Amino acid sequence: MAERCAVIGVGQTKCASKRLDVSVAGLVREAALRALDDAGLTFADIDAVVIGKAPDMFEGVMMPELYLAPALGAVGKPMLRVHTAGSVGGSTALVAAHLVTAGIHQRVLTVAFEKQSDSDAMWALSVPQPFAAPLLAGAGGYFAPIIRAYMRRSGAPDHVGMKVAVKDRLHALKNPYAHLHLPDISMKVVEDSVVIWDPLHYLESCPSSDGAAAMVLGSEQAAAASQAATGRRPAWVHGMAMRSEPTMFAGRDQVNPQAGRDCAADVYRQAGVTKPRADFDCAEVYVPFSWYEPMWLENLGFCEEGQGWRLTDEGATSMDGGDIPWNCSGGVLSSNPIGASGMLRFLEVALQVRGEAGEHQVDGVRRALGQAYGGGSQFFAMWVLGTEKP
Amino acid sequence: MADRPGSDQVTTLDTPIRLDYHFSAGAAATPYLRGLAEGKFVGQRCPVCRKVYIPPRGSCPTDGVATEGAEVLADKGTVTTYCVVNVPFAGQSIEIPYICAQVLLDGADISFMSLIQEIPADQVRMGLRVEAVWVPPEERGPTLASVEYFRPNGEPDADYDSYKAYL
Ligand SMILES: [Zn+2]
Repeated sequence: MAERCAVIGVGQTKCASKRLDVSVAGLVREAALRALDDAGLTFADIDAVVIGKAPDMFEGVMMPELYLAPALGAVGKPMLRVHTAGSVGGSTALVAAHLVTAGIHQRVLTVAFEKQSDSDAMWALSVPQPFAAPLLAGAGGYFAPIIRAYMRRSGAPDHVGMKVAVKDRLHALKNPYAHLHLPDISMKVVEDSVVIWDPLHYLESCPSSDGAAAMVLGSEQAAAASQAATGRRPAWVHGMAMRSEPTMFAGRDQVNPQAGRDCAADVYRQAGVTKPRADFDCAEVYVPFSWYEPMWLENLGFCEEGQGWRLTDEGATSMDGGDIPWNCSGGVLSSNPIGASGMLRFLEVALQVRGEAGEHQVDGVRRALGQAYGGGSQFFAMWVLGTEKP
Repeated sequence: MADRPGSDQVTTLDTPIRLDYHFSAGAAATPYLRGLAEGKFVGQRCPVCRKVYIPPRGSCPTDGVATEGAEVLADKGTVTTYCVVNVPFAGQSIEIPYICAQVLLDGADISFMSLIQEIPADQVRMGLRVEAVWVPPEERGPTLASVEYFRPNGEPDADYDSYKAYL
């Protein structure tokens, strides 16, 4: 990295099934204004806007960024749209950060959103194609067979997925912005919920949410100015990486994709991380279906392959006594505004590193990992943030 | 429709739209789709790694070269993994619950998503051997709808080691 870059402001909306009180423009503006306020800035201080969302069919509006420019103060300024399916919130933040590390801009506003209530994502994900049978039933229908393959390969006991479903919902109770607040959640409640994509129960799946996330990324100079104005410290970018691979190729490891392993290796090398479980104080990882926690524990090198479920089962990823808490915000299992979900992972680690996560703050966070994945696990985006200047 | 209590303001409305389009199959998918109309699975082989792709997409992503030929595959194979779909959604054309499986045809190097029937959902398993059930010849066309579904073919289950590299 040429220039240093830091997160100097964050803003998010409360996730909900239907935000009928705002349009898409109102939703993204709400998150953007909160991020600017957090950084002690206004739209006038921003040099460029980088925006991301999942596929346009999810709202039925093509290239919505064009009409969102006025709501985001971007008229007459550079504005860039990023497309990487569900990982897009992470990729969008990385594109914005690169504009700072490249020395092009001082302050970049980055925003990601989804307003699922404007259309029907299940339908948009299940459109028939002439060369395939019309069987695909949303993202769960795609990922459930891969989860079954993981269970067979690792020999994990059936209850591990339910454990993640409970743990992330307990974490969500500490996050006022989370969509699902389920105070009565328990293994029994999850087990009694409908098995909608066998082997997945309903409560092992993410909700459909409306929501937006925004961050202001700044140079070293911009970070110093914001800290002086607000008293809030920056979260420094120690590493960032993106990788992709084709969705379908012979010999592809769908359970533990090469692109994810390569992306982690790259971001760890930049940040000087050699033992992720020990080197990170917490992580926010894209887990839309319960079993993706043990799967990504392995993919991200927090343990040996085949051992991820043991960490989950032992409670290692829980805020309640675990040594490496994952998804203290409640994660994607508790809020899924698809396009914003990746950015929420990135934003939540910024909150942790800045010591501003409120009730779901982990004590003494110095370094944390944010991860997002998307599509058929073919897009990966990661960053490492720390309290110290890199 | 008024969504906010105490308000007669229109805030949302459903406006269904449709889009009809012509699909140009291209050089690789054409023999595959014509094969389906004749009750055959036709794939293509990568000239470098020799792997057989079905449906063929025209190139091998690993080697970055065009796939070649017309490999006629058996219409039977192995269920590598599966899920039971029990969720209704807009546009769904199959009655729930249904079994959505990855079927690896004998001789192919990549599986594809298929419907499994003629077996109770709780008896489906990884390694199950299955065969295609084709629609009657007069109803077949250049589409995967020519395959009604797959069903167990009575062979003993495939050994996990024989398909674990395809998961
Ligand atoms: Zn090849």
